[in-house]
Amino acid sequence: MKRTVPLLITSAGGFVLIVAYFIPFTQNWGELAAIWFDILAAVAFILGGGNLLKTHLKRMSDRVRGWGYSGIVVVSFLVTLFVGLAKVGVNPSPQFTDFAWSGQYRQMGGAFWYLFQYAFTPLTATMFSLLAFYIASAAFRAFRAKNLEASLLLGTAFIILLGRTFAGVALTSWIDPAVWDGFAYFTGLRLENLTVYIMSVFNTAGNRAIMIGIALGIISTSLKILLGIDRFYLGKD
Amino acid sequence: MIEFIVTQWWLVAIVIASLIPLAMRFVSGGLLETLRTLDRRWIFLLLLWSVLIPIYFIGVTGRTFPEVPSVLARATFDEIDRLSPGDSVLMAFDYDPASEGELGPMATAFVRHAAEKKLKMYFMTLWPIGPQMIDSTIAKVITADFPELAYGRDYVNLGYKSGYEAVIKVIVTNLRELYTTDSRGTGVQEIPMMEGITNIQQMKLIVNVSAGYPGTKEWVQYAVTPFPQVRLVAGATGVQAPLLYPYVPRQLPGLLGAIKGAAEYEKLVVDAYLGANPHPKYLEALRRMGPQLVAHLLIIALIVVANVVFVIDSRGKKR
Repeated sequence: MKRTVPLLITSAGGFVLIVAYFIPFTQNWGELAAIWFDILAAVAFILGGGNLLKTHLKRMSDRVRGWGYSGIVVVSFLVTLFVGLAKVGVNPSPQFTDFAWSGQYRQMGGAFWYLFQYAFTPLTATMFSLLAFYIASAAFRAFRAKNLEASLLLGTAFIILLGRTFAGVALTSWIDPAVWDGFAYFTGLRLENLTVYIMSVFNTAGNRAIMIGIALGIISTSLKILLGIDRFYLGKD
Repeated sequence: MIEFIVTQWWLVAIVIASLIPLAMRFVSGGLLETLRTLDRRWIFLLLLWSVLIPIYFIGVTGRTFPEVPSVLARATFDEIDRLSPGDSVLMAFDYDPASEGELGPMATAFVRHAAEKKLKMYFMTLWPIGPQMIDSTIAKVITADFPELAYGRDYVNLGYKSGYEAVIKVIVTNLRELYTTDSRGTGVQEIPMMEGITNIQQMKLIVNVSAGYPGTKEWVQYAVTPFPQVRLVAGATGVQAPLLYPYVPRQLPGLLGAIKGAAEYEKLVVDAYLGANPHPKYLEALRRMGPQLVAHLLIIALIVVANVVFVIDSRGKKR
């Protein structure tokens, strides 16, 4: 029962969505299944929050290495949750002035807005920006022209790196028919044009091949799941 | 440039002073040996300067590099520009502050362009942090520069809905099934510009600013592919853009890739609507091309230097 019911739900949901795609008459069924999914996705936030608390409280109680960071996570999570749910510092909506909590949780000047603007935004932007430093370091340490394939990759990287900036234009602007009529046949060699060519031909061809392969794999895996052959998503118990 | 160096001599002095220990290591330890064992913190410092100095230079001088719009940037511009006043445009902002550096200028330029064209803008997001990105763009462009545009009549914020691509799947045929209110809690039946809008196939264009999943790929798969009359243009991060090229041009007629794409589109919007002296907030992408140029040149230089050392070492081993 514990495995059969989820299997049936998965199978029914999957086949309804497939049928709804191909038969216009059953379009409403697909909408209904998708709405159920949306509701479940909203509930998943509660589960996610609960799981986050459970994991980090356990780390704190076990005093595992770095448990202090878990403490910061729990405190940040609870403070943000409280500030957002209680709408601290938020004025009532102009439409419903009689209701103290009618304002938006993210209203400018509210506590949640301050947390978002001055804690979340700089922190996430900083984390993302750090990538540039690691890319520069990794490029110096790992990017070697050891063989033909690596050399091609390196050459392509140079073209793209230069072609995505003004350097590309500046370096090859001399390939201009105004300088010499014969250059009309070679304008494709300008770095900015080469970049476009690489992205729209080589990159597109490679990506399409990968995407078609992935799509075939997804069809195969999905059919296995819908038919109950593959049950890995149900866990071991 | 020389004038900048002369007037900002203190900055040059700081940069040189910070690199003196590295130069001394080169002198004492030898060039090759120092490069072989170069501490990555020196690379971090070099990158810091290569980003910081252009930002400061552009901030002080106001100069930006000239941009030549690519075919895709022009196609994106044309998709919006061909619309008539009053046409409906869905602005799907699926990104967060981590990608704001690349995508914020695109969102700003898209909204400015749509506001100039007097299009009706329907904002929505599939990302939990998206509502704040919509709020900030509306405040930056519409509230600041188009006070005559009224909420509910000229633009509306439908906010965030959980469910990832399932949301697209529903609203492409039945918008009101999921969106019963806007992000302020006002019933959609009370919003004038929602009158007659039952699904997003009625939008003349979907503009998606995307940082990943769910994003442009899902909009292509669940909105454009089953309903080919739906038109979609997108602005995506540099990491995501190469994965979207296979959809160009039939499913995705316009695509802006990374800050370069944003700068090209920004130039088109500025040239067409903003005149000679636009507010700096409409030049953010063009300004960010400076740090990108110097950082790219540094990375190329690092790769070249590392490979020179590698070739020398390889030859030494063969001998």
